[in-house]
This record gives sequence, structure tokens and C-alpha cells, in this order.
Amino acid sequence: MKKIISVLVENKFGALNRVATMFSGRGFNIHSISIGVTEDPEVSRMTIVTSGEANILDQVIKQLNRLIDIIKVIDLSAEHHVARELAMISVNYQKGIRSEIMNICEVFQGKVVDITIKSITIEVTGPPDKIDAIINMLTPYGIKDVARSGLVALKREEQIIIKPKKEVTIS
Amino acid sequence: MSQTHREMNGAEIFLESLRKEGVDIIFGYPGGAVLGIYDKLYDCDFIHHILVRHEQGAAHMAEGYAKATGKVGVVLVTSGPGATNTVTGIADAYMDSIPIVVFTGQVPSKLIGNDAFQEADIVGITRPITKHNFLVREVDELAATIKKAFFIASTGRPGPVLVDMPKDMLAKITKFIYPDHVEIRGYKPTYSGHSQQIKKAANALRKAKRPLLYVGGGVVMSNADRELTLLARETGIPVTMTLQGLGSFPMTDDLSLGMLGMHGTFWANMATENCDLLISLGARFDDRVTGNTETFAKDAYKIQVDIDPTAIDKNVKVDLPIVGDLKNVLAELLTELAEKPVTTDFTDWWSMINKWKDACPLEFENSDGKLRAQYVLQRLSKMTKGEAVVVTDVGQHQMWTTQWYEFNHPRSHITSGGLGTMGFSVPAAIGAAFAIKDRPVISISGDGGFQMNMQELITAAAYKLPIKFIILNNSFLGMVRQWQDLFYKEKYSFTDLSKTNPNFVKVAEAFGCKAMSTDNPAEVDGLINEMMEYNDGPVLVEFKVVKEEMVFPMVPSGGSIRDIMVKRLDPNRLV
Repeated sequence: MKKIISVLVENKFGALNRVATMFSGRGFNIHSISIGVTEDPEVSRMTIVTSGEANILDQVIKQLNRLIDIIKVIDLSAEHHVARELAMISVNYQKGIRSEIMNICEVFQGKVVDITIKSITIEVTGPPDKIDAIINMLTPYGIKDVARSGLVALKREEQIIIKPKKEVTIS
Repeated sequence: MSQTHREMNGAEIFLESLRKEGVDIIFGYPGGAVLGIYDKLYDCDFIHHILVRHEQGAAHMAEGYAKATGKVGVVLVTSGPGATNTVTGIADAYMDSIPIVVFTGQVPSKLIGNDAFQEADIVGITRPITKHNFLVREVDELAATIKKAFFIASTGRPGPVLVDMPKDMLAKITKFIYPDHVEIRGYKPTYSGHSQQIKKAANALRKAKRPLLYVGGGVVMSNADRELTLLARETGIPVTMTLQGLGSFPMTDDLSLGMLGMHGTFWANMATENCDLLISLGARFDDRVTGNTETFAKDAYKIQVDIDPTAIDKNVKVDLPIVGDLKNVLAELLTELAEKPVTTDFTDWWSMINKWKDACPLEFENSDGKLRAQYVLQRLSKMTKGEAVVVTDVGQHQMWTTQWYEFNHPRSHITSGGLGTMGFSVPAAIGAAFAIKDRPVISISGDGGFQMNMQELITAAAYKLPIKFIILNNSFLGMVRQWQDLFYKEKYSFTDLSKTNPNFVKVAEAFGCKAMSTDNPAEVDGLINEMMEYNDGPVLVEFKVVKEEMVFPMVPSGGSIRDIMVKRLDPNRLV
């Protein structure tokens, strides 16, 4: 079972290391981890993708909570959430395949961020399966390099249904 | 704070901060990076600095002091090797949740990362074995960091905290401002248990036919021994304790089943196997207790009370978790039970337990004129009336002590449990002896573990501590030998010390201790008397005991009560 955990952490020296050390010391898996500062400059948000049996994942969350620098741990898998990953993919761009590559790029709503006679670098954003798909599509043309950001995710806010103040009749 | 803040250098701030924390004793060893502190310590009249002989000793002394008093033990060492030498003690304190704060010197800030002389990344090294650690990066942060360190070490589930102080931080000058309180966003331990959960626990107690209290070190740490004793006595429920729980309930009480687990009593383990309600109080379902977790108390409804949420469900899934401080939770549970008491008659349950007690009592051969460790411990328990503070090491003697010494008070049994650190007893007893003046402090070691920190004997002698050091010398690494005997076809690979042990009496005398030795059971009482009456300094008594003796009963690692061994088995049997 995979889990996406969002962690708010004091933006302090060694905080990422504490999390990584805890995962390796306790034998937990990390699939990806991404970190960046939040609206509060003293707080960073880590998005961790991990996997394991339900009881292990339960321990992962508890052990994260136990770390002093960690302010809040949110199990996003248990909530509605939006998750995105960014990838940059550098592909062969020889004559003859250029239009095919551009087509794939368009289908995946990718952006060209670098281009030479021999290679092209495409930036693409989306859920991880979309990134997997474009990588899969580009592989036959010869991928040179891939850099993936790891997942970043946020909880979806509750949908607020605003009732109109007056009855409106549409005729 | 209304008075004007004095300007001080970091070293003075360090000492003043300790004073604010009520620290009056620290265990330490000087060195280059902490010279600034030692310079101020020389003229300091409010802190008693204990000069150890090895930094590992300092860490274990702080542990012994903390376990004996419940206060935070403090260590001060230099950078590099000074710091790394404390690592075993820190890991030990982490496993057994002992509140200590270790202050390490560090190379000057601008040299960090340069492979400077006596540099080690001690913050990186100790990250997985501390509750938290700090590197002081600005002298203005020093006082607040020390405040946080003591707060974190002593609250919630206690544990070791390390503060790394670069040399320049100790020289820089700033205003001394000690904060009144600490606010850490991510650290808010839960102290009171959930009322609904406690009500459910009371109900489970009222319904149970075969309940059992399974008590760990948490009861000792939260000073909940009185509440526990009340609960047991008011309800008549049997109590079994873990290694760290010993002393939280009097072992001389009829309700005590002694210790459970690998070398626990047969009846305690049978009661665990057969109970219908298991109430875990500050225990962590350690593998040495549970054996096979699949079969551990498998038919019982399990309640677990612990201040640390990570302890809940970690090894064994429980039915009713209560996160909170044991003292509060037990007090609330007692109030619940006062309103509607437990009225169940446990006569049948007790007759089952007594049958197990009769079927497999603790015993040892005592008629062949040879000296055995169990006999020494049995006599020691009787002659000290279970009133001493006993500090054991790791191995056979440690397990025999749990079986034969009847602990009647909390903070009387001090031992390395989780980490199983040989060499713990000698320094830990010294740490305890600095705090405990009204009861005797007895250190018990095997001949192997004793040699791991025997340099600290001189520390005991230097401070004229009336510690009773006992060596139960079987000329073997006894517990390893026992496993080689049982599971490795009697191949005693590198466990025989008979030809290479030092003369312990001469060693002790060279380190300034009075020393005695015997291998004769008839002399045991006389030597114990002489040892207990000698109070001019440390005294060491070596008891040369038979080497073949094994600790029974024994539930083999990962096994269940059905695999229990009560006497020597065919060594070819594979377990």
C-alpha cells in the first residue's frame, strides 16, 4: 500500500536529515520526498511517498510525529488531495522524429525548455502516472536524462456550496 | 525577569543555565573544545563536577543518577573522541528512556566540516539515538537551547538530548537571558488519558475473570507506583513486571508474580498466556517479553497505557489504547473503580496461578558445597531485606538478580535493559551513589562486563563512595556460553576467560578499593556482612561461582511459553 504524507516541519538545520534517518533506521521505505518552504518562512512542507503494510504505515506516521522538529503530520491518502509531480525529460531530437516528439509533448501538455539540433528537453507536470506515461511514450526515441521532482501534494479544501441569497428562477 | 541581564561569555552562560535548571552535579572529562567551561568550573561553587576516567563512564553515571533520582543526569565532554565515547551511554539511555543531557564541545564554528583536530559530527552520529539534539550556532541561542534540552529530556517519554557547543560559542559574550518557559510547536506530550477510554478500561476490569497487570518502566518514571499498588490491592489482580518495571510493585507482596519474559517466572508467563485481560502499564511489548508476538496473550483483551503514542500497537496490536501519563491515568481509573468497584472473585484464577507456581518454582542446586550465583543473590536479598539500590550489568547475573533479589521499592533496580550494555553497572552505580545516601548501593557484574568499565573504580575511590561492588565470577561470558551450550552444540567460541581473567582482588586494591574473594558458600554471609558494614569507601567482593550454571526457566528467542526450558536440554535439539 502506498501513502502520501504531508509533513510540516520547523525550517531548521538538519530537519530533512532527521526524517531520512528515522526512515532508514526503522527500515521504512521512501519512494520520494520533496521539500520546500511554506507561506511561513520558519516552516517547510515535506511531501513523502512511502509504502508498506497498514500497521507499518501507522508507525511511520507516529514516528514522524515523535520527532521534535515536526509540527504536523497529515495523511493525505486518507483525505481528498491534489498531487503533482514535475519532470524534465531530455530526449534525442534527430531529424525524422522531431514532429513525433513534438506531438507527444503536446498531448501531455509539456513545455519545451531546451532545444538543440540533437536533443530536446521537455518539462511536464501532472500526477505520477502521467509522468510515467510520457516517459514510456518517449523511451523508443532514446531518452538521455530524466529528472523528477517527487510528488508535492495538498489537501483539497472542503467544497463550500454557496446558496444564492434570493431564489432565482431561470426560465 | 526584571533585573538587568549581565553580560557573560558562553562558558558562564552554560554554568548559569545549569544552575537555573537546578543541576548541582555533572559528570565530565575536560578537553580542548571545552577548556573555556573548565576554566570557569574551577571557581564555580554551585556545581559539583565529577571527574571520570572515560567518557562512556560519564554517560552511564548520568544514567545511574537519573534512574535513582528521576532527575536529569548531566554529562560534559570535549569534541571528537570525548563525544564519540559517550555514544554507547546515549544509545543506552535512548532505549531505556532515561533523561540525560550530554553537552559536547565542538571545534570552532569556522572549522566545522574541515576535518579539524578532534572533530566529529556528533550531532549527525547521535541523531538516531537521541530524543533530540542541537548544534549551538549563535551564542545568543545557548541559554534557550539548554532550557529546551532539559525540557525535552525530562518531559513526555524521557530520553537523552545532546547539545553540541562549538568552542567559539563558549568564548563569545552576550547578555544572559534564561527563558521562563519553553514553546516547541511540534512537541506537546499528552498527559491526561482520554476519559472515555479510561471508562472502557474500568468496564473491562469489572468484566474480566482472569486479568493481569503487565507493568513496565513507565510506572517508575511517572512515579505511579502508589497508584499501581492501590489498583492491584483494591482489586486483587496479579502483577507481573518487566525488567525495567521491577520495584514498581513490592515483589514480597502475594500479588506479585515476579518478572515475565525470556527468563521470567514460569507462572508469570503462564498467567500472561492464559489471562483474558492484559493491562499493559508503561511497557513496550519488547521481544524479550513477548517471544512470538502471534501467540503472546493471544486470547486476552489488551489495554495499553503509555505516554508515547509510538509504543501503542508497535509490536502487538491492542484493543484499547490510552495515551497519557500513567500517574494521571491510574488515578482516574481508581476514581472510576471507587464509584463502581471490581467485585469479581478471582479465587479460580489464583488457584491456576498457584498451581503453576508449585509446578515449576525457581530453584537451584544447593547441596553439593559449590558456590552458585543464585545463592549469593538469595543471601544478599535476605541480608539487605530488599532495601538496597541494586545496579546490575548484562548477562546471567542480571537475570538471576531479577529472580532472586526481591525488590520492594521503585528506583531500586537499575540495569541496562533495551540496549543490553555490558560495562553499565560499575559507572551507573557510581552515578546512583552520588544521589543515594540513605540506602546502600550495590553494583553486581559478571567477570566479563566488569572489565568493560572497571577504570571507574578509581572514580568511586576518589570520591570515597561506599559502593559495594560484587563480581559473580564464573570465568566465562556466561550468557553467551549458555546460548552456545543450548543452541550451538557446546562450542564455546571465545567465551572462556578462565585463563585470562585478571586477579580481581589485586585490581580492586590497585584502584583504591577494599577487596575480598571467596568460592565457599559457607563464607558468603560473613563477606556480605563485612561488605555492608564497610563504609569508608568502595569495597569489592568477588564470588567465584560454578561456570556450568544456566539461567532457567528460559523461553527461547521468538518462542512461546510452550517452548519453555526449565532445565538443561539435549544440546542437539534445534530450537
